[in-house]
Amino acid sequence: MPTQTDSHPATNFREVLQPSPFQTRIDEQCLVQEWMSWNGYKTARVFDTLASEYFAVRSTCSVMDLTPMEKYRITGPDAMAFLNRLVTRDISALKPRRVTYVIWCNDEGKVLDDGTIFHLSEGDYRLCSQHHQLDWLLLSSLGFDVNIEQETHNIAALAVQGPTSCSVLTAAGVTGVERLKPFDIGYSTLNGIDVMVSRTGFTGDLGYEVWADPTKALAVWDAIFAVKEQGLFDIRPIGLGALDMVRIEAGFIMPGDDFNTAETAVRADRDRSPFELGLAWLVSFKKPYFTGKKALLAESKMLTGRRLVRLSVEGNKTPTDAFLYDSKGGSRIGTIKSCVWSPILKMNVSLADVEFVKGKPPENIWAEIYYQKELEWRATWAKCTMSTKPFWSHPRSSITPPNKF
Amino acid sequence: MTKSNSVVIIGGGHNGLICASYLAKAGHSVEVLEARDTVGGGASTAAFAEGYRTSGLAHVLYGLNAKVCKDLKLNIVNPSFTQPVDTISLQRDGDHLTLGRDEVSANSLSAKDLEAYRGFKKEFRGYAKALQPLMMNTPPRLKDMDKKDKLTLAKLGWSLRFGLGTNSMREFLRVGGINIYDVLNEVFDSPALKGAISVDAVLGQHMGPRTPNTVLTYLQRLWGETQTVQSIPIGGMGKVSAMLETTAVEAGVTIRIGAKVAKILVENGRTQGVLLQSGERVDADIVVSNADAKTTFIDLVGAPQLDAMFCHRVNSVRQNGDVAKLHFALNELPAFTGLPTQQLAQRLIIAPDMRYVEHAFNHSKYGEFSENPVLEMTIPSVSDSSLAPAGHHVMSVSATFAPYHLKEDWQQDSRDAFVQRVTETIEQYAPGFSASLVAFQLLTPVDIEDQYNITGGHWHHGELSIDQSFMMRPVHGAAQYQTPIDGLYLCGAAAHPGGGITGVPGHNAAQRILAMGDM
Amino acid sequence: MKNYDAIIIGAGHNGLTNAAFLAKAGLDVVVLEKNDYIGGATASLELHQDWKYSNCSYVCSLFRPEIYQSLDLGRHGLEVVPLQGSVTFKQDGDYLGSYHQPTVWRREVARHSKRDADAAIRFDADLMKWCRLIRGFLLRTPPDPASFKIRDAMEFAYLLKRFYSLSESQIYEFIRFFTMSIAEYLEQYFESDVILAHFSGGSIIGTGLGVYSPGTAYVLLHHAMGDVDGNVGSWGFARGGMGSVSAAIGSAFKSYGGNIRTNAEVQNIIVKGRKATGVMLASGEQIYAKAVVSNLDAKRTFLSLMDANDIPADLVKRAENFKIRGSSGKVNIALDGMPEFPALPKGSPLTLGHMHFTDTLERLERAYDDWKDDRWSQDPYVDMVIPTQYDPTMAPPGKHMMSVFVQYCPVEADGGWTDAKRDAFGAAVIDQIADYSPNFKDLILHAEIRTPRELEAEVGLTEGNIFQGELTLDQLMFNRPFPGYAQYRGPVKNMYMCSSSNHPGGGVMGAPGANSAREILRDLGKPNTTPEDFGDD
Repeated sequence: MPTQTDSHPATNFREVLQPSPFQTRIDEQCLVQEWMSWNGYKTARVFDTLASEYFAVRSTCSVMDLTPMEKYRITGPDAMAFLNRLVTRDISALKPRRVTYVIWCNDEGKVLDDGTIFHLSEGDYRLCSQHHQLDWLLLSSLGFDVNIEQETHNIAALAVQGPTSCSVLTAAGVTGVERLKPFDIGYSTLNGIDVMVSRTGFTGDLGYEVWADPTKALAVWDAIFAVKEQGLFDIRPIGLGALDMVRIEAGFIMPGDDFNTAETAVRADRDRSPFELGLAWLVSFKKPYFTGKKALLAESKMLTGRRLVRLSVEGNKTPTDAFLYDSKGGSRIGTIKSCVWSPILKMNVSLADVEFVKGKPPENIWAEIYYQKELEWRATWAKCTMSTKPFWSHPRSSITPPNKF
Repeated sequence: MTKSNSVVIIGGGHNGLICASYLAKAGHSVEVLEARDTVGGGASTAAFAEGYRTSGLAHVLYGLNAKVCKDLKLNIVNPSFTQPVDTISLQRDGDHLTLGRDEVSANSLSAKDLEAYRGFKKEFRGYAKALQPLMMNTPPRLKDMDKKDKLTLAKLGWSLRFGLGTNSMREFLRVGGINIYDVLNEVFDSPALKGAISVDAVLGQHMGPRTPNTVLTYLQRLWGETQTVQSIPIGGMGKVSAMLETTAVEAGVTIRIGAKVAKILVENGRTQGVLLQSGERVDADIVVSNADAKTTFIDLVGAPQLDAMFCHRVNSVRQNGDVAKLHFALNELPAFTGLPTQQLAQRLIIAPDMRYVEHAFNHSKYGEFSENPVLEMTIPSVSDSSLAPAGHHVMSVSATFAPYHLKEDWQQDSRDAFVQRVTETIEQYAPGFSASLVAFQLLTPVDIEDQYNITGGHWHHGELSIDQSFMMRPVHGAAQYQTPIDGLYLCGAAAHPGGGITGVPGHNAAQRILAMGDM
Repeated sequence: MKNYDAIIIGAGHNGLTNAAFLAKAGLDVVVLEKNDYIGGATASLELHQDWKYSNCSYVCSLFRPEIYQSLDLGRHGLEVVPLQGSVTFKQDGDYLGSYHQPTVWRREVARHSKRDADAAIRFDADLMKWCRLIRGFLLRTPPDPASFKIRDAMEFAYLLKRFYSLSESQIYEFIRFFTMSIAEYLEQYFESDVILAHFSGGSIIGTGLGVYSPGTAYVLLHHAMGDVDGNVGSWGFARGGMGSVSAAIGSAFKSYGGNIRTNAEVQNIIVKGRKATGVMLASGEQIYAKAVVSNLDAKRTFLSLMDANDIPADLVKRAENFKIRGSSGKVNIALDGMPEFPALPKGSPLTLGHMHFTDTLERLERAYDDWKDDRWSQDPYVDMVIPTQYDPTMAPPGKHMMSVFVQYCPVEADGGWTDAKRDAFGAAVIDQIADYSPNFKDLILHAEIRTPRELEAEVGLTEGNIFQGELTLDQLMFNRPFPGYAQYRGPVKNMYMCSSSNHPGGGVMGAPGANSAREILRDLGKPNTTPEDFGDD
């Protein structure tokens, strides 16, 4: 006979979206109050206007709540060996206080997810990922003496990004920010609170991520925004909408948007290898064995049949979900995955899945764009140009020390 | 000290020795490394009490492959070497069933059942034979097939379609995936007969007669019957291993005992040889593992050298044994009610009906041993008096079900309780049995794991279920005797077509290695 | 004496579906039903005043949307309302709730195991792969592996092509899925007892197998591959009870000019010169037709409708050996109000879906052990729904109708069923529910208890098997019902089968009826009125 419990731990059917440790401030500052779910957290798409948030990233300083990002703590004697067997990149040389961008694959060499590995201190790692990975991490840990703990809810994180971000953090009292090179980690205090600061981000601009105990989250937020209160710099909280714009400009891919992750692929050929995503540079065949190596070695000897490429699209019609052709009205050779009108470049930029022939990209790519004005649908053709570099990058994003304001 | 060998075989069990012999005969330099102090693995003869010896694990020889015997000139079928035996299913009332290859006899059986037995054995042996092209070859891959794969599939298809003919093929496709319980109920009336046959479908497996898949396990057993007659080696199973050892040595194989392998060395995805527990490194171009899949991949190669999901599959292989081995030293021959003494040399089983067997299995699902176990017994000292002191005897018993994971663990209390269940069961059929006991030895699946280096102590290094058979044995990705590591092969019961003293995995692995031509 | 184009024996949903497609092709069709109502096991009956009981089948998911659309069943009054989630109560007072909202479902699984919440993503994708492969096969006639006909070879080629859309490792994984037990299959993904038990339940419904029996993973798919409005795996209630499904198909049939005769029990099929020419009713009346279609299960069709002299001897043997053991019972209860489930928080939507009370694999397996020994499960697995929470037509306002499907219940309770044993079985089920709902017993106004004995006697399901034949490998696809007879054609000319004894098997699916109609129309040289699979690529 079951006993009735006093409290019901499982009333979660009521609260579909979970509050972030920064929620109080987010609720105060969000004018639009339209919420979406990011990993189950209540997240703003826009705080005020998309344009103001976009330009905060590109011209001043933006702040975004990163807490919902999946985070795992990897420790134990085999932590490094475990991670090196997990990801395609050689991380054996990743020093403490350094961060690196990684992808990992299934046995067939198809990409499961991407993320970053933070080497916090000797043998102590944090893996941040786009999607839920606990099952895969634990499954991969067989034969390794390693401890894996999901810590998404235990770490509050803010992305402070934009040309004045270094000056803002310095003004807020964080020391040593200016000495951090890209992918460096530093430890400091903010308003008396211990914080970790990494020079990392998803915007393609100068930027930092600030990590702290969630119980201190509001104080961290306040310390940063105090810089704005003092009238020194403008700082804007931004939502997922602006982030999506800048990440496409920077050419960063989003698993689940730009390609189907291997774990969720149901139909044949819906998964993608690192080569097909243009991420061959992340695959090291010289390092010890990693999951998918055998399959990727075999694939590396064949010519790429398709690739995720950066395409700029002429004209002002946004090529959402457009089909791509080898000539106007010719054969279909691909589709647009993500696209955005870049306010700074004044052009449409996109990530697109394109068929290659004998390992070579098509000579010409045309997008057939369907768009509507006042409920009238039109179709038009736009010439596309492949770009090997990010659509937008600026020297300020990588120089150390950063420009001072 | 570093030596350079062409081939190293891990484990001197019968499959390892057979594989070694084939490779040596083909002109390769082969060294077999055996962890224990004797070769043969589960096929051995050992003393279990002062003055009493018997077969270590396997005690009935069936299905030693005919081609292997011929190729290696193994003179097994020889009255001085083996004693052919029938199976006698003991009954409480003394009206025992004698099950031969084609005939069954007992007073209680109806003429219909006697006739049905002939038909049934013939029909099912036909199915087993039809699988021959699959059994004697590398299981074909089902995509990206090479010529050999296509040929094997074509042969199998031909054998099923035209070897069996329309009606038998249809019937095979109907019953192939189901349980022996339903099939036997369709064919026979006698509960005793059905019980006796069902034992051959479940012994060694975590399956009861009602478990779908038991037709397939029965067919694998019957396939053995098409190879050699069921027999008991005079002097114990160690004799067979000794013969295999001699054959191997004559073929030029070097055998090292007490050489436990600690690691399979891998560099850039290719094996380099092995590291012994002693610290000695043995270099080799080819390493062949006769160990089970978990031992080979997780322990010896190590997960860091392999893909994660592959390791998960290996780790998920179901290979917890359900059979305990009991050796009894007796001061007189047991007197089974109604059984003439000369019949004591036969294979004796206790499985009065299918319900009994199913009930015995039920317990094992929940981590308990059977209250009324199913027993397979031999008394080898009847044919070979040297196994026991004068006038005394040894009885070798495979007792199921005794699960590897016992809820209460195999501590002394559980061990005693189980031995008591077995002796009490025998006592019911042979009054006075307990009083004749001089000594005994119990090997639970945990003991088998410890003493024979078989993870889970499973007879077959893994359940012979469809999902772990053929191109999925032991797991897909390592089912063609090849493994994800170049130069590393499997040759044991973990590989297709599975366990039993058949020699087929060893034979098939050797053919595969020779065909690969990477030596 | 009337001469029809086709006679369908039995007005179950497959018989009606078959009849409707034949009539749609312009044939003159009559359906003969022994009961005074249509629907067979797909019926709504008023067993307690003002209460409608879906007293056999109780939820709807497998019914092919292709059939729904092509018979225009919506206009004939059918409404299928999706259920919302399901719940498994735990013995410790907690529960696992399955919600349709993915975020909430994920968080709920994570409450029991964080790892399992992530593993569920892998599991869902894998299950969907197998689902897609099997679903494409439902509205097709199985090819005969022993045949050399071009049509069979082409069908095999088609199946192989679909099969080969999988990668090599997926092919092996599919074979493994098809042959493994649900428990062992799930243990490759999940660690939490309640999650394992929650997912396993659907795999034993209607079967003579336990969660550890190989072959049950496929049965899970049989129950999970249905969909409501494209949501694969979700279930729905037919408004007005399952009788609405039969009523709508019957109405569609009549709109094409068909006739239904109730209280018209067929005694046997008349065979003359190796040809079926009609049927003889129990009343002695003879009715003739160009095609005679049996919607009875294979055992009844060949052992009672047909004379052993009219069919091959081996077929008689096969029919005798056809496995059709019932394993399920049903308790239908009229309630004075909504029972309380204190384990659920106030306002929880989980009573709106399936409710279960078995939280471990061991309890599920032990329930099966009882059945093997001809006992009903002392601790049964139940699948309980209360459709009146959504459906105002089945009970008076504020009152409820509860449908409790029970696994396992034997064909012969040790020595045969008696009314007293039947009531004891019902009491065991009611006691289990009452353990989780303190006010439940007080609300009971009327209970109908059905063991395989009642299912056989009233609905004509031999041995009470809800699938009209067990879903094991020897009785699936080209083996269903028998090797060589899986293409809906009987052993004599002009005789056909359309029941769930045929591919693709049981459940309120309509596919056997439609597939059989396609073959009949083909033989009669009529245009095909049956739909093709929608496909989802």
